[in-house]
Amino acid sequence: MNNTNNIDAYRRKFLMGVAGTATAITIAPGLLLRQAGAKAPGDEISNKNRWGMLIDIDRLPNGGQTVVDACQQEHGWGHEEESNDKQKAQWVRTVHVKEKLTGHEFDLPVMCQHCETAPCADVCPTGASFRRKDGVVLVNKHICIGCRYCMMACPYKARSLVHEALFDQKPHSPRGKGTVESCTMCVHRIDKGQLPACVEASNGAIIFGDLNDENSEISQALKAKGGKQIRADLGLNTGVRYQGI
Amino acid sequence: MFGKVHNVLALAAIIGLTALLTGCGDTAPEPRVETAKAKAEHCVEPTDVMRRNHMEFILHERDETMYEGVRSSKHSFKGCINCHVPASDASGKPVNYLTADHHLNPEHFCATCHAYVGVTLDCFECHSDNPEGAAPSDSTHAALNGGADHE
Amino acid sequence: MSNKQVIYSEVENNGIGYYGLLGFFGLFLLGGIVAFFTMEHHGHYISGMNNQIVWGLPHIFAIFLIVAASGALNVGSIGTVFGKKIYQPLGRLSGLIAIALLVGGLAILVLDLGRSDHVIEMAKGHLNFKSIFAWNMILYSGFLALVGLYLWAMMSRSKIAKKLYKPIGVSAFTWRLILTTGTGSIFGFLVARQAFDAAILAPEFIVLSFSLGLAIFIIVLMAAYKWTQREVGDTVLNRLRYLLAVFILGVLLLEVTRHLTNLYATEHHGVEGFILGGGNFYSNLFWIGYILVGTLLPVGLIFCRFLKNNRTALMAAAVLTALGGFALLYVIVIGGQAYPLVLFPNSEVSSSYFDGVVNSYSPSMWELLLGLFGVALFLAMVTVAVKVLRFMPASLADSVVDPHAK
Repeated sequence: MNNTNNIDAYRRKFLMGVAGTATAITIAPGLLLRQAGAKAPGDEISNKNRWGMLIDIDRLPNGGQTVVDACQQEHGWGHEEESNDKQKAQWVRTVHVKEKLTGHEFDLPVMCQHCETAPCADVCPTGASFRRKDGVVLVNKHICIGCRYCMMACPYKARSLVHEALFDQKPHSPRGKGTVESCTMCVHRIDKGQLPACVEASNGAIIFGDLNDENSEISQALKAKGGKQIRADLGLNTGVRYQGI
Repeated sequence: MFGKVHNVLALAAIIGLTALLTGCGDTAPEPRVETAKAKAEHCVEPTDVMRRNHMEFILHERDETMYEGVRSSKHSFKGCINCHVPASDASGKPVNYLTADHHLNPEHFCATCHAYVGVTLDCFECHSDNPEGAAPSDSTHAALNGGADHE
Repeated sequence: MSNKQVIYSEVENNGIGYYGLLGFFGLFLLGGIVAFFTMEHHGHYISGMNNQIVWGLPHIFAIFLIVAASGALNVGSIGTVFGKKIYQPLGRLSGLIAIALLVGGLAILVLDLGRSDHVIEMAKGHLNFKSIFAWNMILYSGFLALVGLYLWAMMSRSKIAKKLYKPIGVSAFTWRLILTTGTGSIFGFLVARQAFDAAILAPEFIVLSFSLGLAIFIIVLMAAYKWTQREVGDTVLNRLRYLLAVFILGVLLLEVTRHLTNLYATEHHGVEGFILGGGNFYSNLFWIGYILVGTLLPVGLIFCRFLKNNRTALMAAAVLTALGGFALLYVIVIGGQAYPLVLFPNSEVSSSYFDGVVNSYSPSMWELLLGLFGVALFLAMVTVAVKVLRFMPASLADSVVDPHAK
């Protein structure tokens, strides 16, 4: 469980900072918090952070299905009753890959890769698809017109249109008919300093953290062993990286 | 000759419309805002301010949360629902904003007023109309969207 | 003007034919409205579209009409911008058809949206100028305004209108070129999709707009003149006839170029094999629908020596060109989505989200009704407009349009 609580690590670092610089904390506590990476619920997000995930597919429990289930549990997608299988929402799915020449096989969870230059945000006519300052790609459903251009543009097929009226949504995860949705990197959690649901369920296989902070666990792990992007050729500089693919 | 016919038709239409409107007046339920006081002593703002401006507060909070990630707002939409909508009614069922026949439910805090003043209420097409931790509604809504624990 | 003065007049048909035609269009308008409200109420699950095929039949109708709209204006532009006198009497009808086609196409797009009610947010300033869609909103409204002005410049007797006729005509023509570039670019810059990452789609859509717009113009012109018992001479029709052939072959040239370029890049072999390789619905639609029925057949009908001056052959060629263009759009847009997205090159992929499989699509009745709504809206607008304003020359006989013809 060494890496499931990296935000707590930030907190500890923050507290140590408090001990050392009592004067600074009286002047700008919010600033310090942000520098340390973690965010209190009342803080604004900052472009100093770039949240990302590093997924070690070899260590994922149950070939990744466990984290998919955790996401579904957290956000409640995929239970649409009227929609057929092709219309049901899937924020994340495990993809089985077999390389034709070598026969090498592996499974990996694929969802929104939170691109730095997100094609979905580029094509969105209203700006409903957007990239938050801290790197999380979201849909502002209040202004989404349901044109699905973002779904055409996404290289990862990470998005779903809600094809029917929904009831009993999770209070922390609004979703509704006629709008497009995808992985939110659990912003409702990370905004309060918690970990995304999939990371919590991953038994340490997914490291969540700040890619801009070179001392963060995720940056250290990426520096040491690297992490691949799916379709790196597109140059999208994704926030989600993989080890073992 | 045609003019006369038109007059008669117009008169009939007016009478019909009046009858219709009167009929509506008879059945329009008074809003039942007393359910508001279920949980807290008073709201985050004085009642008359809320009545007039709640949509402005929610709209402001919406953009702050959406774009800035601020989740501690005094005017949080989730906060409204947590306070104003009971987890269940007397019979233990959740109070949804729509009735089984898809009309605004006079028992639901938001719906009761919106029905009275005839203003559309589309928040709950995406947002939960129930407080956190409430039980999922029963088969009144065919499309159960993975309520608390669906599997 | 060296031409004999062209006289324009309103359509005087008042009988069962005229109102029957309007009523017929009305049925489809009603059907489309019912489809819209049904889909609005239930959500898109009642359609055949899904998370794999996100744009379906309504979009084909819409793109067809929008592309044809800019093309229909060409007939007028040739007269105004390039000074070809014989086309000038057709200018008013050309502008009218252009506006009606665009409105019909846009109506379909708006009615198919998941949240049409949120379009108001765009008016409130939520516009993303990086999005080609957002540009198109501006390009479409600008087109409607410019063509409206163009019509005014052609129809008004004021001096200022006469003065502005040429500059407005040139602006409208330029604008329409940009507009179709915008429509084509919707597909040309989807880098992630192997079927849609070719910028050549933008010029291809321009040439496609020439052929589709002209085909629609010919169909409306011939039908309208027949039903109003007005005369069209062979001079006008033959000009349009051979122009149509040029445009059809222009589309073919760009389509062939596009596939050849794609075949050069290994990355595209999969999707090209899928579209061209035969054995599936889309390749059949491409070869039979677009190449055979939509290209070779109409060109044959136009150039066949035995069919010289034959009006039925021209009408058939125009209808086939329109059908062929529809088939081509269907192959490009839906075939391109049916082919699986490549996540890992040279690998087989599978998942619960239909990765690695060819996606199937069968449109529902609602989508068809929405599409036909747009067509009916276009036709109804034209039918009403020619009755209330003077769009149609009373005669397009050879003696009127070209008194000096040999």
